[in-house]
Amino acid sequence: MTQATVAAALEIVCPAGNPAALRAAVDAGTDTVYAGFADETNARNFPGLNFNREEMAQGIAYAHQRGCGVFIAVNTYPEAGNPGVWRQAVDDAAALGADAIILADIGLLDYAKHTQPDLRRHLSVQASASNAEAIRFYHRAFGVKRVVLPRVLTVAEIAELNASIPVETEVFAFGGMCVMAEGRCSLSSYATGLSPNGDGVCSPASHVHYEKRGGEMVSRLGEFTLNIFSEGEAAGYPTLCKGRFVTDDSASYLFEEPSSLNVIEILPELAAAGVSALKIEGRQRGRAYVSRVVAEFRKAVDIATRGGTLKGGELDDMTEGRRDTAGAYQKIWH
Amino acid sequence: MTVALSLGPLLYNWPAEDIRDFYFRIADEAPLERVYLGEVVCSKRTPFFERYLPEVAERLAAAGKEVVHSTLALIMSEHEMDAIRSLAETPDILIEANDIGSAALLAGRPHVIGPFVNVYNEDTLDYLARHGAGLVSLPWELPAPAIAGLAKAAAIPLEVQIFGRIPLAISARCYHARRYGLHKDGCQYVCADDADGMAVETLDGEGFLAVNGTQTLSHTIGALMPELEGLRETGIENFRLWPHAIDMVAVAQIFRDLLDGKKAADEAWRGLADIADFAPFSNGFYHDGEGAALVRQA
Repeated sequence: MTQATVAAALEIVCPAGNPAALRAAVDAGTDTVYAGFADETNARNFPGLNFNREEMAQGIAYAHQRGCGVFIAVNTYPEAGNPGVWRQAVDDAAALGADAIILADIGLLDYAKHTQPDLRRHLSVQASASNAEAIRFYHRAFGVKRVVLPRVLTVAEIAELNASIPVETEVFAFGGMCVMAEGRCSLSSYATGLSPNGDGVCSPASHVHYEKRGGEMVSRLGEFTLNIFSEGEAAGYPTLCKGRFVTDDSASYLFEEPSSLNVIEILPELAAAGVSALKIEGRQRGRAYVSRVVAEFRKAVDIATRGGTLKGGELDDMTEGRRDTAGAYQKIWH
Repeated sequence: MTVALSLGPLLYNWPAEDIRDFYFRIADEAPLERVYLGEVVCSKRTPFFERYLPEVAERLAAAGKEVVHSTLALIMSEHEMDAIRSLAETPDILIEANDIGSAALLAGRPHVIGPFVNVYNEDTLDYLARHGAGLVSLPWELPAPAIAGLAKAAAIPLEVQIFGRIPLAISARCYHARRYGLHKDGCQYVCADDADGMAVETLDGEGFLAVNGTQTLSHTIGALMPELEGLRETGIENFRLWPHAIDMVAVAQIFRDLLDGKKAADEAWRGLADIADFAPFSNGFYHDGEGAALVRQA
């Protein structure tokens, strides 16, 4: 669908949930890796995931030796009365030589600006900065250099936005997709007590149960049934907003079908809209996934940069429900 | 300091005349100190009530109620931001920012930070207070210890939500429109069919959520009653009720009597359950558990 010539290459920003994934992403040709410390300071606080300080130091060294950057996400909201662990994460990111830190909380941005002024600051999607006034505020107040845009904007809206803000934008390119404005969703904590904002988890596995009911498989999150699958139907993970619910006597995927975001086919449009970087979702994903997705994006970005034509479809087997969508970037999704 | 009971902005899409009459009655009869007016959820709804806004605001003010103009929780276009810019340039009105972009526009003039802005800790609260916030209405997700910590550190008053369906999420996508196979641009305002939100049940038939256009709320009605004493001991003096399509004057009276010590919590609870009977109560967020839970206090 595309043949526009693209001047600047889009930066590929790839997740790493552990050192092996980090090395795989670097080897597969990512420009940058993003990662987090193994605690509640980042929005993928899953058991067995993320980096201790030593692993982070080694990961940064591995990436830097191969010309790649590393961003550290400290993008949950510090708990009242307990800022220490978040501040330490900011200070350690600077000491370890991270190329940027990804933050969401105003108080923590203020702290980072004053205590680690030389560490580049990016605004996390968890800050939900969806308009020019908000983005200009984060730039003016905290010297933020890049904003990860919430998945609520269309390509046209992103282009309009980029024309009026003094910072780079990074958009979600591939993987699981929040249908709610990120950082402003308490659905998970309503059902489980654990939230993306405070605990760095959404629909956590600790609260997921599957139960057999006759030939059917029921998936539950906390006390709530999120889906019932008939025999032979693949039982997906019960992420709250991807559940099947009943409204007015009719069952449907009310919020979103199980599907993944994939922007490969609209890369030239995103570049033309002034986007600087593409963020791949999935710090919970393994090495094989990371290698595959990065390799395909590397290829696609290079083709797009040369003005070539993109087919898309290469990653269909990696997407949830084997369905992908350019999602919120298209007006029709709304 | 005196206790202030407030009525948050109406979140649902009611007919404009019904809204006008609702607020007239609130102005004349409800024992409230503060009333928030304005569309928070969807900018498409704004034009209808706009013509009644001046007389409603005037009637509320004449009745001694402080009027606060609430603004959108999710701002996605310059058109939406222009409406807030124009409001921000209006002298002598108090505005509630529900997006950090609006808060930035209001820096330097007194304003309220609404519960759709993420205020989780002392540093963020302090930053906002230093830039003109005169009142912060805290997010619903905060548990008692966090509220107490913030209240202790706060240089400005804080407000806590104590009644109503809990706003859990906001999206670019309209789920009311999606439910009826419509596009948001041609939504036919189907959200107007559900005065307290559209019921969302699990496949097992359990009440779970409520959809209000682009907003998703709890099925349960958040209700803090025995908890009010503890909140006041930590220094919280501002309490917010969310409007519902029930007798809100009576609801306000129950909370007023409770705060004034004229009613015990259990009596107030029974009275409230009689009026707000469309869903069960919850208080789990306050008690640091799942939001849907109801923790019974002795």
